Amino acid sequence: MAPVLEVSNLSTVFHTRRGLVRAVQNVSFSVNAGETLAIVGESGCGKTITALSLMRLIPMPPGEITSGSVRLDGIDLLTLDEAAMRKARGKQIAMIFQEPMTALNPLLTIGRQIAEMVVLHDGLPRRAARDRAVEMLHHVKIPEPERRAREYPHQMSGGMRQRAMIAMALACKPKVLVADEPTTALDVTIQAQILDLIGDLRREFGTAVVLITHDLGVVAETANRVVVMYAGRKVEEAPVGEVFANPKHPYMTGLMSSIPRVASARGLTGIDATARLTEIPGIVPPLNDLPPGCAFSPRCPRAVDECRVAVPPFEVKGPDHSAACWRV
Amino acid sequence: MSTTTAHPPPRAVAVTGFWHDAAYLAKRYPLGVAGAIIMTLFVLAAIFAGWVAPLDPFTTNPRASLAKPSGTHLMGADMMGRDVFSRMIHGARISLAVSIGATLIGSGFGAALGLASGYIGGWFDLLVQRLAEVMQSLPLLVMALVITASLGPSLPNTIIAIAIPLIPTVARVIRSNVLSLREMPFVEAARATGMSEFRIAVIHVLPNTLAPLIVLATAQLGSTILTEASLSFLGLGVPEPWPSWGRMLSESAAEYVRTAPWLVIFPGLAISLVVFGTNLLGDALRDALDPRQRD
Repeated sequence: MAPVLEVSNLSTVFHTRRGLVRAVQNVSFSVNAGETLAIVGESGCGKTITALSLMRLIPMPPGEITSGSVRLDGIDLLTLDEAAMRKARGKQIAMIFQEPMTALNPLLTIGRQIAEMVVLHDGLPRRAARDRAVEMLHHVKIPEPERRAREYPHQMSGGMRQRAMIAMALACKPKVLVADEPTTALDVTIQAQILDLIGDLRREFGTAVVLITHDLGVVAETANRVVVMYAGRKVEEAPVGEVFANPKHPYMTGLMSSIPRVASARGLTGIDATARLTEIPGIVPPLNDLPPGCAFSPRCPRAVDECRVAVPPFEVKGPDHSAACWRV
Repeated sequence: MSTTTAHPPPRAVAVTGFWHDAAYLAKRYPLGVAGAIIMTLFVLAAIFAGWVAPLDPFTTNPRASLAKPSGTHLMGADMMGRDVFSRMIHGARISLAVSIGATLIGSGFGAALGLASGYIGGWFDLLVQRLAEVMQSLPLLVMALVITASLGPSLPNTIIAIAIPLIPTVARVIRSNVLSLREMPFVEAARATGMSEFRIAVIHVLPNTLAPLIVLATAQLGSTILTEASLSFLGLGVPEPWPSWGRMLSESAAEYVRTAPWLVIFPGLAISLVVFGTNLLGDALRDALDPRQRD
């Protein structure tokens, strides 16, 4: 199957007073229809900037996408003019955000906000757009969608609002859904429901999902493929089972040993559930002041001199498994 | 709440419709209703001044000069023997036209300018803000004076003269609100749905600035009446013989406050009442228009 979304060599920088911030460097990945690709990493690894770059929502200036292409069904979004990109946003590639509390306009009813988008992209008359909004609310399993459509965001719980956001994002049947930490602000039971919902809709509509998260539990539950990012670079990519069973990059290994029971709960054997919980020492280096060589080397338990000199290439380390590390 | 089968507890089906909403709001905001009644009475008096006023407001009567309030002259008569009550009723026309007109124009242009300034930002914002500062560094009255002096005294010119100095004040308040609103996640989310910047500004940002705008506008309704009074006192307001509350008050305040206090009390009372009424109405309106305050 040809991938719906093909990102290659995407680089995004920010020109700031403290110098050039390389938020995303040479990131490539592709997603097939009906598949979920998870992008994982700590805060400040460039995950959200990658997502915003796909949508071309990077504020420019100070941001700039310096290279690469984002091909959606073969069309490079980065070469579209602003008007064409506006048509693509929401219609071809939609996004849901981390904060369902503030990502909806408090002064408009849920139904109106969804309808607004349908009118915009599908040119439906108001009444038909409203019906579509109600139908979408039904799709995302909001009870009494007729009544809920007339309600305001503050009358709904966080989980409901995130459902409404998903309804809005999928109202025009986009080919790609970018979900930026869609469950981070929700409690765990709601989290599971929302993830199930995204999974169901993905299968139903054949949407390709790019799931941005720092939660490996979420990854294990929902993703088909995983891209691990560190300091703006892709450091590992593999199918989900392979990543958990056989992590290559010391960063991924570190992430997994810092979160207990994730892998074993799924019957995978990535870590020993009785092992002491360890953390990765240090923090992500500031993106305007990356160390020479491998960006992870200052925190890496396996780093040698070589790691501090040259950036490791991203190369195949096993069957359908690639990583950027000198030591594996 | 679980996924599909959860049924929320049965709730009364919401009855919607204008009268239902109105009744609900009236119950919720009794002070707002009081404000609305006060304003409605004044507006009705202004519209039907010809029928409401018992006497002609322009007819002078030497024998009634400075007549005390009585059966014929409910609020007394002024120095030229004109009926104060009738002049008050007709004055409502001028005063309300000036204050409502100037506030609408000032707030409208101010809000549009503030929205554009805050949302577009950059050099445009810089330019608008510097211009606003220049305008604000001049006293309101002096500005209005210069404008009427150059346009000539007439009702529309008075409204314009009073409206223009309001623009920078409103623009600055709206701009500062827009600056924080445009960073809100829902604006970015709207962008992600492919909305144009103009639509986002009008549909998502502007309505969220309504609360401060209403508060500001109600405050200005009162102050514009007083500005008109000052202009009239200086001979630059609405020209004679048209009565306005402001001029009735300012003309007589110095001379007759001891000898004929009714000339001062009644216009003053009317101005206070309108200001009071607009404030009550504005407060209630601000809350009623915010869906978060409903429930």
